[in-house]
Amino acid sequence: MADSVKPIIELKHTSKVYDNGTVGLKDINLTINQGEFVVIVGLSGAGKSTLLRSINRLHDITEGDILIDGKSITKAKGKNLRLIRRDIGMIFQSFNLVKRSSVLRNVLTGRVAYYPTWKTTFNLFTKEDKQKAYEALQQVGLAEKVYARADELSGGQQQRVAIARVLAQNPKIILADEPTASLDPRTSERVLNDLRMLNEKYGMTVVANLHSVELAKEFGNRVIGIRAGEVVYDGKMSETPESVFTDIYNGGNGSEDEDE
Amino acid sequence: MSKTEQDLMSLPKKKFKFMNLAWIVILVAGLFVSINVTNTHLSELFANFGQFTEIFVQMSHPDWSYSSTVIPLLLETIKMAVLGTLFGSIVAFVYSLLIARNIVKNKAVTGTLRVIMNIIRTIPDLLLGAIFVAIVGIGPVAGILALSVFTFGVVVKLFYEAIETIDPGPIEALIAVGANKLQIIHFAVLPQIMTYFISYVLYAFEINVRASTVLGYLGAGGIGLYLQQTLQVFDYAKTGTIIIVIIVVVVIIDYISSKSREALMR
Repeated sequence: MADSVKPIIELKHTSKVYDNGTVGLKDINLTINQGEFVVIVGLSGAGKSTLLRSINRLHDITEGDILIDGKSITKAKGKNLRLIRRDIGMIFQSFNLVKRSSVLRNVLTGRVAYYPTWKTTFNLFTKEDKQKAYEALQQVGLAEKVYARADELSGGQQQRVAIARVLAQNPKIILADEPTASLDPRTSERVLNDLRMLNEKYGMTVVANLHSVELAKEFGNRVIGIRAGEVVYDGKMSETPESVFTDIYNGGNGSEDEDE
Repeated sequence: MSKTEQDLMSLPKKKFKFMNLAWIVILVAGLFVSINVTNTHLSELFANFGQFTEIFVQMSHPDWSYSSTVIPLLLETIKMAVLGTLFGSIVAFVYSLLIARNIVKNKAVTGTLRVIMNIIRTIPDLLLGAIFVAIVGIGPVAGILALSVFTFGVVVKLFYEAIETIDPGPIEALIAVGANKLQIIHFAVLPQIMTYFISYVLYAFEINVRASTVLGYLGAGGIGLYLQQTLQVFDYAKTGTIIIVIIVVVVIIDYISSKSREALMR
C-alpha cells in the first residue's frame, strides 16, 4: 500500500509561530500518500503535535499551505472547512470522549458532520448509522459495552471507543496524537493493532505521533523525524537504521532521551 | 551527585515586608475612625429587647384556625417561585452559553454581555419586586417577573463558570470530526454541564421560595402581604402561624431539593 502514489496530505512551506513567539513549525515540506502508515518521532516539544494539529487545522498555521486530497484546508472556511475535516479522523492522547455519555453516543458523534443541525438537535440518527456505530464497536471488540457510560471503561477501552468513533466517521485520513502515551505497553499494542486494521482493511492513511521507538518500528511503514520544528529525517521504516532514532532522541540539543 | 551537609545552604530569612505592617495599622485605625464617625454604640442593639421577648411569647401561641387561610396563600407563593425559576432559568441557560469564553471566542460579545449581567446581578430581589410592581401593577405577576430576573442572576453566574471548567477534549474531538457550533454544544458541552444546570436551578428555586415569601410586602403577590397586615394590627398569634407554616414548607422544599442535587452529582 505504501507504493500507491496519490498524495493525500501535502504541506508546502508550512510554518507556525505561536502568539508568544515560540516557533512550532519551520518551513515544512511534506507529501504523504494515500494508504501510508506514517509515524512521526521526536522529543516532547519538537513540534509533533503542532504538525498533526495543523493538518486538520485545530491549529492555524502562520505561513504556507496545506492541501488535503488536493484542496487547501488553510483557505477553507465554514462549511467547506467542516467538510474537509469530516474526511480527517483524529485520535487523542486523552481519548476526548464525552465521559457522561454512553459509548454508543460517543461513537455516533463521529457521524455528526453527515447530518444537518436540526436532525442532530433531536438525535435523529438513522438506523443504518446506529448499526454502523455498533459494527464499529464490534471491530474494536467492545460490542458488549455499547450502552455503558464512557467513564466506566478503562483507559485502553476508552481509546478503542475513540477508534470506533473514527471508524464510524469513515475518514480518508486518521491523525493519531500520542494515542498510546497514557496506556500500558500491552494495551498500546492493542490500540495500534486497531489502527493498523483501519489502515489495511479500509485503506485509511494513518499519521501517528509515537513516543515509543519499538512501537514505531513495529507499526510504521514510513518514519518522519522532527526536531525543533523541522523535518530532520524522512524515509521508509525498513530502510531506517537504528542510528536515526538515537540521533533524533539524543542529538541536536544534547538533551537525554526523557521520553523513553 | 549529592552535596555534603556543609555545602547545603541554610534556609534564608523571609524578607520583612513593611507594607504588610502598614496595611494592618491603616485598617485598624480606619475601624476606629469609622466607629467614631458613625457614632456606633453596641448597647443600641439591645435597646428594645424587652419588647422583643413580649412579641415572641405572643407569637409562640399561634392561631391554628388561621392556617386554612395561610396554606392557599403559601401555595400561590410557591407557584410564583416555580414560574419565576422556570422563566429565569431558561434565559440564563442561553445567556450562559453566550458569555462562556470557551464557547464564544469573540471577547467583545462576551465582555459586553458580562457587563450587562453584572449590572442585573447588583439589583437586590426586593428592589426588583418594587420595580416590577411599579411597571405591571400590584399582584403576583410582578412577583414572578422579579423572581425571574433574580433567578437569572443567580443561575447565570454559577452556570457560566461551570461551563468554563468543562473538559475541552470532547470539544476538540467534535471540531476535528467536522461538527458545527451547535452540534459541538449539543454533543460535547451539554452532556458535561446538564447536571450542573439542573442543580443550580434547584438551588435558585430554594432561594426563590424564601424570597417569594417577603415579596408580598411590596404588593408583589403571595403570603408576604398577610405577614405585613397581621404585623401592622399587632395580631402576633396570626403572624406566628404564618411564620411556622413558612418554616415547615421551606425546610421540606430545601431538604428535597438538596437531596436531589446530591443524587444528580453522583
